[in-house]
Amino acid sequence: MTSDVSERTALPSAPADEHLLTARLVAPRRPGLWISAAILLVLAAMLIHTLVTNRRFQWPTVRGYFFERSILHGLELTIWLTAAVLVTGYVIGTAVAAARLSKNPVLKSLGFGFVWLIRSVPMLVQLLFWYELASLYPKLSLGIPFGPEFASFKTAHLFGGILAAYVALSLDVAAFSAEIVRGGILSVPAGQVEAAQALGLGRGRIFRRIVLPQAMPAIVPASGNLLIGMLKATSIVSVIAVQDLLYSAQLIYNENFQIIPLLLVATLWYVVLTTVLSIGQYFVERHYARGTNRRGDGFARLFRRNLPLFNRAGLAAGGRS
Amino acid sequence: MSAGTPQAGDAGAIRPLVRVRGLKKSFGSHRVLDGVDLDVAEGSVTVLLGPSGSGKSTLLRCVNHLERPDAGFVEVAGEIVGYRYRDGRLHELPGREITRQRTQVGMVFQQFNLFPHLTVLENLIEAPVAVRGVPKPDAVAKAGELLARVGLDGRQSAYPRELSGGQQQRVAIARALAMEPRLLLFDEPTSALDPELVGEVLGVIRDLAVGGMSMIIVTHEIGFAREVADQAVFLDGGRIVESGAPADVLDRPGNERARAFLSAVL
Ligand SMILES: Nc1ncnc2c1ncn2[C@@H]1O[C@H](COP(=O)(O)OP(=O)(O)OP(=O)(O)O)[C@@H](O)[C@H]1O
Ligand SMILES: [Mg+2]
Repeated sequence: MTSDVSERTALPSAPADEHLLTARLVAPRRPGLWISAAILLVLAAMLIHTLVTNRRFQWPTVRGYFFERSILHGLELTIWLTAAVLVTGYVIGTAVAAARLSKNPVLKSLGFGFVWLIRSVPMLVQLLFWYELASLYPKLSLGIPFGPEFASFKTAHLFGGILAAYVALSLDVAAFSAEIVRGGILSVPAGQVEAAQALGLGRGRIFRRIVLPQAMPAIVPASGNLLIGMLKATSIVSVIAVQDLLYSAQLIYNENFQIIPLLLVATLWYVVLTTVLSIGQYFVERHYARGTNRRGDGFARLFRRNLPLFNRAGLAAGGRS
Repeated sequence: MSAGTPQAGDAGAIRPLVRVRGLKKSFGSHRVLDGVDLDVAEGSVTVLLGPSGSGKSTLLRCVNHLERPDAGFVEVAGEIVGYRYRDGRLHELPGREITRQRTQVGMVFQQFNLFPHLTVLENLIEAPVAVRGVPKPDAVAKAGELLARVGLDGRQSAYPRELSGGQQQRVAIARALAMEPRLLLFDEPTSALDPELVGEVLGVIRDLAVGGMSMIIVTHEIGFAREVADQAVFLDGGRIVESGAPADVLDRPGNERARAFLSAVL
């Protein structure tokens, strides 16, 4: 071994120790990363170019309808329907997850059954079911099960289009979020709960303060998917004539036949909303990365590290830190 | 400091802090604890030894009701753990009551089990503030004292993953002490540590023993056991097969299994 090393240091090209000690450290450059990024940027630019220059997309018309009153009303409905559906869905979903994780066999089976049923039935069918509830159950009543009734309602007055959409979509979110939440909770090691129990923390406190924060890194990305998916899935309500963003656009193009520009108007709004949500998700994820080394590099640091590829002087400034 | 023994029941004697009687526990058809009797006197140190799978962890976990016994009972500070006796029956206590009992018993785990998303300080003040209603400034001051005691003052804002294993285990001990428990349980506190880190953790436990803390310690560190223990207990197949003064149990075990195990460990 030692003779090996001395042989190598004896090679004429080997630098002396004092040179090594005073040498400046250079971060690895990643030309592959920059070349692939450049190619992708060119492709993206080409795509944008065709979108902008193709006159058949009729951008002036798009601009004209972008802030149209009925479009903005539809947008508003889409936003609050999505928000209401998600809040309700996640509250029910968390409860269902808790039921599936409980030791009580009845709760466990009910939770399983709920998830199974909702996931099996196509969303469109669920939506139509609630919309048509009046024809299946003309009357709903409140009372002792199988016993006397205290009050009853005519379902015809109960389920308008928006309410039917709200119920159907909430149940759908509940079933899917239940599985997401359950998966997150299962990802927290059992030792964490035991340590908290041994300290005498109560059940609610253990869930909120110990389990949930550690489950969040697993819950958030999947929830981001579900949330954004649901934002667009709300457009299914156009089949029962609820005037959401997409349906408002459809109503306009049914009159003026400017189909593509109006679909673009709706699409661009969906893009805006998705962008806002994605940015929100980034910050939520960063918040829950506390105590891990997953806080991510970000553009600024990645760029600074690779700066020497373009500018050697830049390294001297940011060099050994 | 006098070691309690299962026979210590004569009138006039001080009631032991921990009394285990006829404790049985099975997982499925596998009997893990098969009638364990054990006394731990207030202020004494008991070391639990035994081969893997002999039920040491299970016994420890029964003491703060992380495990529900099938028969027999554990009493800590005069209260039956996890149950209330009424009309010839042991009724399991509601969660809130069990939680209250657990605040009297601290536990330190082999895998530390610090909360990774909380800083060292937050780990230490969580239970005192949430469970005992200690005002936050007081809890923070107390945490500082405890960290100084385990040689980690100044690391309050570190996250667990920024600490070495030995440091994490010392934080875990400080966290258990923050609840001012009457009894501390240690389940192989040094088994997950590199050899050079074992000493710092054992040093902290030794200081606690000198300070009169009541402890039950599962460990394979025989030298340490001989030094700090008032009582050594050898468990095999879910039964106590040997118990008494450490010198007798560790150096002159009568039981065949104990002799074989100890000569293998030493
Ligand atoms: N939750 C559980 N479910 C099923 N079996 C279990 C459970 N916990 C422990 N056991 C079994 O009970 C037996 C005793 O386990 P225990 O953890 O008490 O042993 P131990 O003496 O602490 O061993 P070690 O020195 O390896 O930690 C083992 O055979 C184990 O497989
Ligand atoms: Mg064990």
